[in-house]
Amino acid sequence: MNRFNSYREEALQKWDSQMVHSEIPVIYLGTASCGIAAGALDVLGTIQQTLTELGQPARIVQVGCIGPCYLEPIMDIAMPGGPRVSYTNVTPQKAKRILQANLTEGDLAPKMAKGHFGDEAFSSKTGIPKFFDLPMLKPQVRVILKNCGFIDPEDGDHYLAQDGYAGFLKVLEAGPQYALEALKESGLRGRGGAGFPAFKKWELARSAAGEQKYVVCNADEGDPGAFMNRALIESDPHAVLEGLLIAGYTVGASQGIIYVRAEYPLAVKRLRKAIGQMRSYGLLGDDILGSGFSFDINIKEGAGAFVCGEETALIASLEGKRGMPRPRPPFPSDSGYNGCPTLINNTETFGTVPAIMRNGGEWYQQFGVPGNYGTKTFSLVGKVKHTGLIEVPLGTSLRQVVEEVGGGTELPFKAVQTGGPLGGCLGASQLDTPITYEAMRDQGSIMGSGGLIVMDESTCIVDMARYFIGFALRESCGNCTPCRIGTRVLIDRLEKIIRGEGEPHDLEVMRKAADTMVKTSLCGLGQAASNPVTSSLNFFAAEYESHVHDHYCQAGVCKGLFQYVILAERCNGCGLCVKVCPANAIAGKLRETHTLDANLCTQCHACVEVCTKQAILSLPLSAEQDHLLLSEALQ
Amino acid sequence: MVNITIDGQCIETEAGKTILQVAKENGIQIPTLCYHKDLSPTGNCRMCVVEVKGGRFLQAACVTQVWEGMEISTVSERVMKDRKLTLEFMLANHPLDCLTCDVGGECELQDLAYDYRVEVPSWGAKGTRYPVDSDPNPFVRVDFNKCILCRRCVQACAEIQVRDVWGVAKRGFEEQIVAGAGTTMLEARCESCGQCVAYCPTGALSNKMNYGTARAHQVKKVTTTCSYCGVGCQFDLLVKNDKVIGVSSNPDAPVNGMALCVKGRYGYDYIHHHDRLLKPRVRRYLLEGVKKERTGSPWDWVETEWDTALDIVAKKFKETRDATGADTLGFLTSAKCLNEENYLMNKLARQVIGTNNIDHCARL
Ligand SMILES: Cc1cc2nc3c(=O)[nH]c(=O)nc-3n(C[C@H](O)[C@H](O)[C@H](O)COP(=O)(O)O)c2cc1C
Ligand code: SF4
Ligand code: SF4
Repeated sequence: MNRFNSYREEALQKWDSQMVHSEIPVIYLGTASCGIAAGALDVLGTIQQTLTELGQPARIVQVGCIGPCYLEPIMDIAMPGGPRVSYTNVTPQKAKRILQANLTEGDLAPKMAKGHFGDEAFSSKTGIPKFFDLPMLKPQVRVILKNCGFIDPEDGDHYLAQDGYAGFLKVLEAGPQYALEALKESGLRGRGGAGFPAFKKWELARSAAGEQKYVVCNADEGDPGAFMNRALIESDPHAVLEGLLIAGYTVGASQGIIYVRAEYPLAVKRLRKAIGQMRSYGLLGDDILGSGFSFDINIKEGAGAFVCGEETALIASLEGKRGMPRPRPPFPSDSGYNGCPTLINNTETFGTVPAIMRNGGEWYQQFGVPGNYGTKTFSLVGKVKHTGLIEVPLGTSLRQVVEEVGGGTELPFKAVQTGGPLGGCLGASQLDTPITYEAMRDQGSIMGSGGLIVMDESTCIVDMARYFIGFALRESCGNCTPCRIGTRVLIDRLEKIIRGEGEPHDLEVMRKAADTMVKTSLCGLGQAASNPVTSSLNFFAAEYESHVHDHYCQAGVCKGLFQYVILAERCNGCGLCVKVCPANAIAGKLRETHTLDANLCTQCHACVEVCTKQAILSLPLSAEQDHLLLSEALQ
Repeated sequence: MVNITIDGQCIETEAGKTILQVAKENGIQIPTLCYHKDLSPTGNCRMCVVEVKGGRFLQAACVTQVWEGMEISTVSERVMKDRKLTLEFMLANHPLDCLTCDVGGECELQDLAYDYRVEVPSWGAKGTRYPVDSDPNPFVRVDFNKCILCRRCVQACAEIQVRDVWGVAKRGFEEQIVAGAGTTMLEARCESCGQCVAYCPTGALSNKMNYGTARAHQVKKVTTTCSYCGVGCQFDLLVKNDKVIGVSSNPDAPVNGMALCVKGRYGYDYIHHHDRLLKPRVRRYLLEGVKKERTGSPWDWVETEWDTALDIVAKKFKETRDATGADTLGFLTSAKCLNEENYLMNKLARQVIGTNNIDHCARL
């Protein structure tokens, strides 16, 4: 214990001297996968080169994801004595200029700065807003993501300096009962999707009979468009590991396992590193900190099957078997990995635990609403202006998330797919739904693990449904009849409608198949796979009907179910569309109204994308190119 | 003990039993397809779903254990509708060649479709997705177009024969049963016991030797005991026009249940084989008393009557015993004989000839 305290002291001192009161500039660069994808590694090269050229000492700290992925790469500079200032969408050239300005001219380059982490006075002095006052960040709170973007995820000392492992120490001191009580009071519900009370699961695992028990962290995260768990692990791996350690101690397990997708190599690397650091701090192994508690953590890389995120399939996969769900009960808390009692929670659930243990359960209740306490991270993607990793209190409305955090859409908003591929597709009239487990379910959706995909008018709902059902079809394990064949029935109908061959009874067949899939499938995948179809049939019936009855796709997505027409009132004859059209289907002199030959048009979309006047419309095949009709269609 | 109701009937039963077990004990029929009493239940076909009051989803009766106060409906509108659609799902992807299918009449899918009056839906992906008769195994005929992925074959092989030949490959709609890692059955250590055929509820796995010879209602089943070894397995001989055309497992067989080995299940073709010996034969020189030469016609086998053959044997026994003593003779009996016959042979050896030199081929 004394040894550990001295590690903590050292970490605090290091944090203070190197980060808070650094004598040399500190340069932060987000190098989680989102930053890297946006080019952060090139920027890193430039930073290093520029520092050498300038002959200036500075400390580069590679941090994780701070949230607004659309602003990546994000580079921050904290000059000695000054606050950290963020520069966004940084290119190597831009990075060089910013560095030169800051390091050699003492100029913050406020025009290029997006926000800072200092006080009001700094804002008024420089005109740079506070980073957390940016419209995307203002409605957010940071409990789970507290450290993300602030600490170097590969440096365990950084975590220690942020009260790291204080939650574990408190539980060691106060005993497992404290952990259970705190968890109960906090009301934390599983963040893997179903929202089962975490405390109940822990208590079941604790009271289950068995010498050998396991705790498993579910980091399979197979939903398309979801990256919350990846970002958390890449940005703050110790938080998840501390949660796992606390869980192990509380339920009496001696082995922790993290099941993480092999497609997340950076997350795996950071986990491995962090586990090594835990070991050197004496937080893993036999008789941890002299408490008599022994615990170790293994990593198991999953091969990327979505269904392996389902807990019983995950356990089968851990055991080296085919990743296929089995009927429950027995629940894993009674009979899980190798038949032993196993506690399995989502990455984010574990990541939340240390804060609850440090601050107590009541503290956690300040976030969210009764029955749905706390915060939840979402990956906000699609057609919103601000995409990224967000954290909001439960109970926040979808509207706030889409319009405030997401900054709305460029074209009119159409729908938001909530809860990932198994969730529901909700329209504008559902936007005031509060994000709680129950409200989501009542709308025919699920909370899921937290993917939010926003769509605007350019998305065809039928095509969207086909995409998600296609995912379920490929990812269904094939074990049970309704899911294996039902998904196929749905996709056959949807494709038929998209080809323009839809008949009214196809909609009936889909509803019927969906209903039986929900009621009779063996696991959550089949039970929820039809949600995108059912919810879109409910909320966007007119769009299905126009596909089926009029063979018309208003969004201009289903090829052959519309024709592009250039609206004379809007066309300014700029000629952009003429240049991009690969089929030479558009003609017109500069500054004169252009025309589009539907016979040549391949409906590739290129013209619509470049037209700044939104003058190219998708109209029904039967519509005459008549002025009046067009204006009518416009309204 | 727990108290539950099934379709309004109050039942007291032991905790730990499944809904299906309790229903069966109380005469309540629940349809099953992937379930088989000999195999561990997997709950994958979803035919046995029932409605449990308060549950959001239907429960598979074969894997759901009863609990105190459980209220179960096995015939509610919801249940019937879902079972029907589940059958439609299966049929929508099943070849509709029942008219010429070998297992027509004993196919469990066909029976359920009949019971539930299921029309084959217009939607679905019928047709041939896999090669017909796709495996070179000499005994098992494989046609996975008819497979409903109940996995009984996988389990029968793993749990009864413990050979793990069958497995499941791919996912979702593309899922299919494969031998080994996509090899032939024999390459995957198959010993051709045919357990998978016996447990397959459809025509996906059937018998190759008698393919196309008869259907269930056209044969007479004659229960018999296998004559190949001393285990005493029972099975049914399938008899058509007074000819044995095949063997099928008899689920009530006391020793072996449905299990058989390759000889028991497929080693019946000797019965009507043209090479089979139906009368005794002796060497010509013994019959005609001619001098035996080294080669040539005196060594030919000649068909004769039993009495003649036995007289010769008796005469030779006597000569040998008189010349060199009883212990220069030995008696080997056969597992293909009945116990009574073996007993008599032993009497003959000890009491008539006077030797204890007795042995048997079935010293298993
Ligand atoms: C098809 C399917 C996929 C799932 N994928 C995940 C996943 O990627 N991550 C996860 O934590 N839970 C996933 N779950 C939920 C898990 O089964 C399980 O409920 C969860 O890990 C429990 O953790 P929690 O109580 O912390 O939510 C999935 C469930 C289903 C049915
Ligand atoms: S519902 Fe789908 S994924 Fe789940 S067990 Fe059935 S087939 Fe597999
Ligand atoms: S081959 Fe027969 S026993 Fe095997 S899964 Fe298919 S239908 Fe079931």
